[in-house]
Parts: sequence; structure tokens; C-alpha cells
Amino acid sequence: MSLTLLFLGPLEDVAGGPDMVLDVAEPLSLARIAERLAPGLAVAIGAPKVRIALNGNLVAAGEVLAGNGDELAFLPPVSGG
Amino acid sequence: MRRVVLALEAFDPACELERFSHASQSAGGIVSFLGQVRQEDGDPVEALELRHYEPLTLPGMEALVRRAEGHWPLASVMAIHRVGVMVPGDPIVLVACAARHRRDAFAAADFLMDHLKSSAWFWKREKTAQGWRWVEPRDQDHADLTRWNAVP
Repeated sequence: MSLTLLFLGPLEDVAGGPDMVLDVAEPLSLARIAERLAPGLAVAIGAPKVRIALNGNLVAAGEVLAGNGDELAFLPPVSGG
Repeated sequence: MRRVVLALEAFDPACELERFSHASQSAGGIVSFLGQVRQEDGDPVEALELRHYEPLTLPGMEALVRRAEGHWPLASVMAIHRVGVMVPGDPIVLVACAARHRRDAFAAADFLMDHLKSSAWFWKREKTAQGWRWVEPRDQDHADLTRWNAVP
């Protein structure tokens, strides 16, 4: 049962890679997901300017409930083309 | 004509513009903007990489173009944006707007570029002798957006 996390832009460096797979038994809230991450990464993805997309759709942090087969992307402020 | 492209490989701006003008012959004027990787003497930047997020980046560009089409009477619009690793001199972004009158074309191209630079889903990093470094958003980019608050 796996949940895929994607880290865009500079969050990739904090996470140590562009993605990560968590083994999950049930759908998790953002707070429960953050508990499974390194403290520095948990803080970084919780920054107010970081947007979150669940399976490609932007969602509010409080709405996150992600489980098996889901893809949760963390999108820091964009830096322009 | 509406052409919105997320280019994974290099594109040819001259060729794109030629096709665009050919498809926009009812327009009295075409305004285009080409952004390229800067090449300056002594500039330590060896390469630039743009990343995107597949589910949002191209749909966001398409929504932006529709917004421009809704506000200015445009005969044709084109927006092409590269992602991937580029070197100095490489084209990054090409925007072209064709309209009956030039002011609409200028304004729409300016609008599209301000938004592609500061609100589109792209993340940029630069490579120097010290390695890769992510580029932080600039305050000026956000100030540029406020110019367009009246555009629905």
C-alpha cells in the first residue's frame, strides 16, 4: 500500500530527491504524513507558501487525505520562466 | 490559431514565427517576445534547468492564453515554453500575439510574459562552477502581476 510524494523545485533538495514512496495502511492527513518525514522536510512542506496537489488537483492543506495509489505533490513558490 | 506548447526539446523561434504569421494573415500586426538564456562575459552561469509539474503547468498555460483571448481581440496567440536543461543562447520562451491593431497585440504579449515569468508552474535552477542552485522568486515578478489586476 503505497503513497507517492513529489517534491518540486527547491523542496527536492530538502527531501534528498524528487519523490518518495511511503508505505501506508490507510489514508493519512497531512499532519500524519509529516510525522513520517525527517523534521526538516516536515517543516519545509508545511510552509505557508507551499501549495499542495493531490493527484494533480490543488487542495488546501487541511483537506489532504491521501492513501494507497495517491500522488501528493508539494509545490513551493514558482521561480519564473 | 492558438498554439500552446510545453517544449521538452529545443524549438526554432524563427520557424515558429513564420508559421504563426502565415496562419494570422487577417491580423494587422504581430507582437512577439523571445526569452533566451543570457550569455554575458564573466557570467558564471553554465546552464539553466526548468522543471514543471505535469498536471498543472500546461493546463495553466492554456488557461492563461484563454484569459488573454477573452480580454483582447486577438486573431492568433502562441505561447511556447521550454523545460529541461538549457545553455546560454538557448530559447526559453516564445510568445506571439496577432491582432487587428498593434496595441492589443503589445498588451496581450506583455500580459502573457508577466504571468509566464511569475505565476506559471515552473521552477528554475542555475548551474555554476559551485554546482546547481535553485532560483528564488523575485519581488519584482509579483509587482509586475499587479499591473493586470483589471484583466478578469
